[in-house]
Amino acid sequence: MFSFASPVVDFHALAPELVLAVGICLVILVDLFVPDHRRWVTGTLSGFVMLAALLPVVTLSVLGDDVRSALMDGELNQGITGRYVVDNFALVMKALFLLSGYVVVLLSANSIEEGGYNQGEFYTLLLSSVLGMVMIASSRDLVSLFVALEFLSIPAYMMAAWKKRDRKSNEAGVKYYLLGVFASAVMLYGMSLLYGLAGSTLLTDIAAAVQLDGDKVGVQVLGIVFVIIGFAFKISAVPFHTWAPDTYEGAPTPVTAFLSVASKAAGFVGLIVLVFIAFPLAQDVYRPFMWVMAALTMTVGNLVALKQKNIVRMLAYSSISQGGFILMPLAVAFTNGNQGASLRAVMVYLIIYAATNLGAFAVIIAVSRKTNSGEISSFGGLFSYAPGLTVLMTIFLASLAGIPPLGGWYAKFGAFKAAVDAAGGWGYSIAVIGAVNAVIATAYYITVMREMWMKPVPDGDTTPIKVPASLQAALAICGVLTLVLGVLPGLIAKVGDITDLTGALLP
Amino acid sequence: MLVNNFLILGAVLFSIGVYGVIARKNAVLVLMSIELILNSVNINLLAFDRINGTQDGAVFALYIIAIAAAEVGVGLAMVLLIFRNRKTIALDDLSEMKG
Repeated sequence: MFSFASPVVDFHALAPELVLAVGICLVILVDLFVPDHRRWVTGTLSGFVMLAALLPVVTLSVLGDDVRSALMDGELNQGITGRYVVDNFALVMKALFLLSGYVVVLLSANSIEEGGYNQGEFYTLLLSSVLGMVMIASSRDLVSLFVALEFLSIPAYMMAAWKKRDRKSNEAGVKYYLLGVFASAVMLYGMSLLYGLAGSTLLTDIAAAVQLDGDKVGVQVLGIVFVIIGFAFKISAVPFHTWAPDTYEGAPTPVTAFLSVASKAAGFVGLIVLVFIAFPLAQDVYRPFMWVMAALTMTVGNLVALKQKNIVRMLAYSSISQGGFILMPLAVAFTNGNQGASLRAVMVYLIIYAATNLGAFAVIIAVSRKTNSGEISSFGGLFSYAPGLTVLMTIFLASLAGIPPLGGWYAKFGAFKAAVDAAGGWGYSIAVIGAVNAVIATAYYITVMREMWMKPVPDGDTTPIKVPASLQAALAICGVLTLVLGVLPGLIAKVGDITDLTGALLP
Repeated sequence: MLVNNFLILGAVLFSIGVYGVIARKNAVLVLMSIELILNSVNINLLAFDRINGTQDGAVFALYIIAIAAAEVGVGLAMVLLIFRNRKTIALDDLSEMKG
């Protein structure tokens, strides 16, 4: 007879997740009881829930041990410790997800209310998706990695199709859903092979089993490649990017901002955990594979972005190519002892990219409230009637292009440093491809700047834009972060030390 | 060994599923093909579970069954949504956005 014995739970370590879970229930309850015209309180409430979940993240990073396992072995059950871990890496990523979730709440407040969409359900799904992301940062086990990935994806599928009567939004949701589910099914097949090799779902056990030796090399290669494909879809790496432009264009713009920042960061967290903990000894497989993906992602994303006429679609391709830059240090990790530099580069890039890209989307939302258009030409003469927005948009685009002294410059610097540190053919070649692409990318960011500063207003309507308070707050947060992190990069230079990632192979 | 046959069955199911996803144009049939892949994963996990003599695989399979149900729920809702707006669920007709 077996009897159930619960593991020992560290409630302080689990507090961010618990706060979010309680918050989700609270939003559903409040949504039941408030009258229709006051539904906006669900948005305010979910903003507070995100911030409340940030509190335990702060206390965890200040107090207590550096590493704690949220679930630990009890007297009767063994082998639970180390599957769900709260370390400094996880805390930094959790803070990033919660903050970008908060900014997305600010972005969606007005568009969701004015569009007449179901607000309570929208924020419930947004919170659920953020909960999945917070979970993926702590996962050190195939099962929790998979559950967290689905937890963050399934609400996102629904949010992409949120405009029920809009055919474009339907199409966005279905494309995202079908390709997403297919990719996660392929990833699961890879996971089942890895489990078969290791006899355990713990990532550190898989690292010991996947060393590309013995008589099962073929199965090892297949398992690694399939699992990486699953996450490559999430970060929209070429050739698994086909859903991204359509989904970004068709989905409501705040959801697009969410997908292009938080969901992409979550995919990268999964890849980081896999590369640094599960596959460090199998670099002969993941390095060429991810090298090719990084090179293709940068190049294809940039070249297609050059000819876009719709600004959201242009930013979609731009975010694909930014994904290539984030993938670059990851692809050459564990080469010539650069793993520390490459982990730091990926994390710093994710943080700065989140601030910058969310800011760019905030400006687009603010401008399209007046122009009702997504064309780049609708930004013509923006400076003559909205100088503040123009300056902010210029800052965000320049940061995406990597122009000093803005945040994006420091992010790109870190990525190139990690690639050059890798030395040898792999590192230098990807750095050269990256450098060429950084130049190409500047071209389409400058196109938008030229429209805003130099072109005339297309319809001659120069009434000023009224920016709602919540959008102003989002713009302020993103603008300040983009500027400050560029001028004082020392603030996040300590983020992402490799010893912070529990279970990572240390030099 | 007998367990190997289950792994072969898993691989065959996986291949059929991938073929179905690529070749079928009907959204519901694509969903069914994805279910085939997920079931091939479950068979694999249980076979490996037996070989390795641990319980992790069976636990993993249970999670996959539960989450697959949730996923299909969302998928069918979306198929219904498309059908209401377009009166067809052929995936080739979903081409509003290009470039």
